[in-house]
Amino acid sequence: MTAIEPGPAHARARVREADVQFENLAKQAHAVRFGIWLFLASELLLFAGLFALYTAYRTEYPAGFAAGIRHAELAIGTVNTSLLVISSYTAASALRAIRRDARRAALGWLGATLALGTVFLALKGLEYSHHAAEGALPGAYYAFRELPEHGGQLFFTLYYFMTGLHVLHLVAAVLVLAWLTWRVSRRRTTAAYHADLEAGVLYWHLVDCIWIFLYPMFYLLT
Amino acid sequence: MNDWLHRILMLPPQASTVARHIDYLHYAIILITMCGAAGVGALALYYTWRYHAGTGRGGYRGPDPRPFRTTGGKSVFAELGLFGGLFALFVVFWIIGFAQYVRVAEPPPDALTIYVVGKQWMWEFAYPDGSGSNGTLYVPAGRPIQLVMTSRDVIHSFYVPAFRNKRDVIPGRSTTMWFQVDEPGRHRIECAEYCGAGHSTMRGEVVALSVEGYARRIADLQRIRIAGPAPGNPPVVGEESPSPLLSLAAVGQSVAADAGCMRCHTVDGTPHIGPTWAGLYSATIPLQSGARVVADAQYLTKSMMDPAADLHLGFPGVMPSYQGLLTAPQIGAIVEYIRSLRDVSRHAGTQPLPAAVSPPAPIVTPLPGDAPRALPAGDLQRRAPTGLPIYPPPSGPPTEPSHDQLPR
Amino acid sequence: MTSYLDDNHGILSWLATRDHKRIAILFLIATAGALLLGGAFALVLRIELLVPGKLFLSAMDYNRMFTHHGVVMVFLFMVPVIPSVFGNFFLPIMLGAPDLAFPRLNLASFYVYVAGAIIVLAAMWFGGIDTGWTFYAPYSTTSPTAVGVATFGVFVVGVSSILTGVNFIATVHTMRARDLGWMRMPLFVWAIYATAIIQVIATPVLGMSLLLVAVDHAWSLGIFDPAMGGDPVLFQHLFWFYSHPAVYIMILPAMGVVSEVVCTFSHNPPASYRAIAVSSLGIAFVGFLTWGHHMFVAGMSTFDVGAFGFLSMFTAIFSAIKVFTWTATLRHGAVWVTTPLLYFFGFMFLFVFGGMTGVALATSSLDIHWHDTYFVVAHFHFIMVGGTLTMYLAALHYWFPKMFGRMYPRRWSIVAATAVVLGFIFTFTPQFLLGNAGMPRRYWSYPAEYQWLQILSTAGASILAMGLALNFAYLVWALFRGARVERNPWGSRSYEWLAPSPPPLHNFDEPLVIRRGPYDYHLPE
Repeated sequence: MTAIEPGPAHARARVREADVQFENLAKQAHAVRFGIWLFLASELLLFAGLFALYTAYRTEYPAGFAAGIRHAELAIGTVNTSLLVISSYTAASALRAIRRDARRAALGWLGATLALGTVFLALKGLEYSHHAAEGALPGAYYAFRELPEHGGQLFFTLYYFMTGLHVLHLVAAVLVLAWLTWRVSRRRTTAAYHADLEAGVLYWHLVDCIWIFLYPMFYLLT
Repeated sequence: MNDWLHRILMLPPQASTVARHIDYLHYAIILITMCGAAGVGALALYYTWRYHAGTGRGGYRGPDPRPFRTTGGKSVFAELGLFGGLFALFVVFWIIGFAQYVRVAEPPPDALTIYVVGKQWMWEFAYPDGSGSNGTLYVPAGRPIQLVMTSRDVIHSFYVPAFRNKRDVIPGRSTTMWFQVDEPGRHRIECAEYCGAGHSTMRGEVVALSVEGYARRIADLQRIRIAGPAPGNPPVVGEESPSPLLSLAAVGQSVAADAGCMRCHTVDGTPHIGPTWAGLYSATIPLQSGARVVADAQYLTKSMMDPAADLHLGFPGVMPSYQGLLTAPQIGAIVEYIRSLRDVSRHAGTQPLPAAVSPPAPIVTPLPGDAPRALPAGDLQRRAPTGLPIYPPPSGPPTEPSHDQLPR
Repeated sequence: MTSYLDDNHGILSWLATRDHKRIAILFLIATAGALLLGGAFALVLRIELLVPGKLFLSAMDYNRMFTHHGVVMVFLFMVPVIPSVFGNFFLPIMLGAPDLAFPRLNLASFYVYVAGAIIVLAAMWFGGIDTGWTFYAPYSTTSPTAVGVATFGVFVVGVSSILTGVNFIATVHTMRARDLGWMRMPLFVWAIYATAIIQVIATPVLGMSLLLVAVDHAWSLGIFDPAMGGDPVLFQHLFWFYSHPAVYIMILPAMGVVSEVVCTFSHNPPASYRAIAVSSLGIAFVGFLTWGHHMFVAGMSTFDVGAFGFLSMFTAIFSAIKVFTWTATLRHGAVWVTTPLLYFFGFMFLFVFGGMTGVALATSSLDIHWHDTYFVVAHFHFIMVGGTLTMYLAALHYWFPKMFGRMYPRRWSIVAATAVVLGFIFTFTPQFLLGNAGMPRRYWSYPAEYQWLQILSTAGASILAMGLALNFAYLVWALFRGARVERNPWGSRSYEWLAPSPPPLHNFDEPLVIRRGPYDYHLPE
């Protein structure tokens, strides 16, 4: 976030210049932090609609959903959950490191976070392929006869839709964090101004938090 | 007063027991609404006139010289009173409206239950004794009627304006509504929930009859049904076979009327949504594929089962499939009916329509229901296609109506 | 200083701009295009309805046409128009800020909108959509038309709406000038702020339900299809949970414009600043609790019907508070009758009447009769067209001098305003009667006894269309030939008039110091 052009008189900058619309970097960091929280609220509501849908259908087909959960790949799900929880820790550590101006440590933590996220995606892909192999596909492609007809079908449709949307979010989070890693390595995000990294890490935490809800919904609550 | 407002507001006849009461509330709310809007508009105009600052041709005239006013203590009470009063008014509307809603929503225990199926784009009715009709619902006047409704495809909505009543008809669920008609008469049914190309033609009619007339009509519907489920069997007319008039073509005519064919097809050459049946049989017709085909029994049958396969050139592909809805004898009867029209001119609309083949446009005419019918009109014996739980067994006890899901 | 219009030249300086004013102009052009397109669709519909049967559209083409009209008008015009054009332009200026908090996000928001609009229009061009703008399942998930693509396009437009909302809220919270407290913000800012909250909270849920429809349509997932165990009514709940608040996304900014116009032209502070500001938030809040009144006949439980009906009455009360406050503002003022004020009078009558019919519709027993008839069509057009469209035109005239530094032709504008308001009344009053008589909406053919009302309505629509065309014609003319105006031609006290007309790149030559409120007409300017 470099200045676009020399700002008007009220745009004062010390170490690095704030964007022209802000008086100083502190105000800019405040605005970015505020904005990302609003965005996270919006994202939560995106999933809230799906949680409502899940609740409604689960109430309607308790047996089908319970059977679907019993059939879930609990091992992969549990490993994935722990991966994401650890990745939240590493992401937070990266932020702490950058505040101490420890650039190398921050890069290490960010790299670890990215690796954990990628492993999660790989395991998720493995899990999808298992389900696809046995015919537990969404909607009209559903060909898995072991579960109660309607409930099982809807369970897997929601499973694919919700975890799929979560995967999309995780992919986005990985891309964002990769971009931030590049910025840290180029000294564009530093101890003096790191609101962007803060925002990225907050987004990572959100993706993690959503998974913390998806995990019991699709693996535990029989 | 009722008559006058009723006409000014263009409301349909008040044909059900609740219609009149709902209309009273309607009058009250609409009058208050109009007075409110006019009052606020007039007040704004009055203030504009009273505190006018000139035409403004000279533009802005500098700051307002008068001292700044703040709202005083008195006006706060005035405001509270105003909004409190307004809210009280709205709550009164709500209480009366909700009380009426509860009355409309809860059927009395002695209601006669009739089953309704909506599908693209017609209404099917099944009566407690197992007889059925399409497009026309027969009810006895003076008795509460409960409709238990479901849809076979998308959401429809059963709406009778004259009853001030409607209810969505939802696939996979059953919904109920009830009404009681005071006097014999005919009233338009409309589909109020958008359901596709034929939405605006998905209309029908409620025919309210006297109690005896209703019993007679249901007996008719029973008698003129066609048995014989196995394909290929010759059509067998029901045991109490009525009159010698009942040729197969005449049966076909009534089957076609009840199946809703006449909604789109005419029998006198008048152009309409579908090809006219006049002179259709054994004529050579162009298809949309560019081919030409002779409209023989085979083609006609195929067109009923799979209308989109060989579409007549120049007509929209809006006809629904009748696969599983018509029995083989019924199809045979319709083909026979079309064959009987082979010598009618394809181009003129000179012949009067046969009585049983009323066009889809709704008719509000003096009631013919009680009069002896000129033509024996038959309705199909309805049989739900397998896999679709629609009706309880015709002879079984009427099931308890519920808002819950149908058993799967 | 040079104005934002002359600051930089070349097409790229517009398309890649980060200046909120230029982005607002881009939005103005795009949404005006949407208005013209949606209006053209409406005219086609009105002409087809002149006769009970077929005039020149088949039933299927008619169904596509009303769907296209609804989708374009609601999602491409009504929802974005006032926030993205006038909010974008004036929110930073009214706060004394040089720009929005996130200018790049603002530009991204525009391009996301354009991308969504292109997807929606492409779906209409290739195959069309015939579900109605409400996309009710299971019709929408089984329709052979391009429903999947269109709903995805609307989803993308929704993303743009969310980004705009986030930007506005962050700007209001963090970018206010020194000494500009919350209770000193112009009322338009309050309205935009309340709107932005709804955009951020409700749009994701709509996005979700439309995405479900899109995916369901593309791969027949059967999420709302009873044949696969789904529940079609659930879709309606999800859809209206957003789309009811969306009505307030459309009307709240218009109410903000009313507050500005009425205070400026009566040279009077609002009768109660607090009442207007708080009722904006009240509407935003209650709007989330009333979605069920769209489903009174969809088989909801009787208790739910009662509860939703009762909650709906609160919306009416908050709107009534605003209406009375505006009326009282004229009192003891120095009222200057101008074109924006004419639109304000139109608004007052149409909005009050439309709003009161809303109270009537929320009365559950009456709703049974009116639900899904032309009465509902007339009701929401009174609010949306009579409310939002008239105030969009009022805003265009009111802020035209500030945005372009020129004045519109006065006489022509009076002619156009009269045509718009009268044409509107002639178009939609007959539709109330049609609804009373029991004509369902979305009917291609209808019983012949309704024809004379339909003809009246079409006649009114043609007057309305001429009024709108006249508006566009002279406003485009005035862009180049209108008389140049000074900084503050209306003598308003609101802060945007402290900036030059048209404003320079970062709005103010020097940091704005707020010494008085936006409606302090007793103080010299």
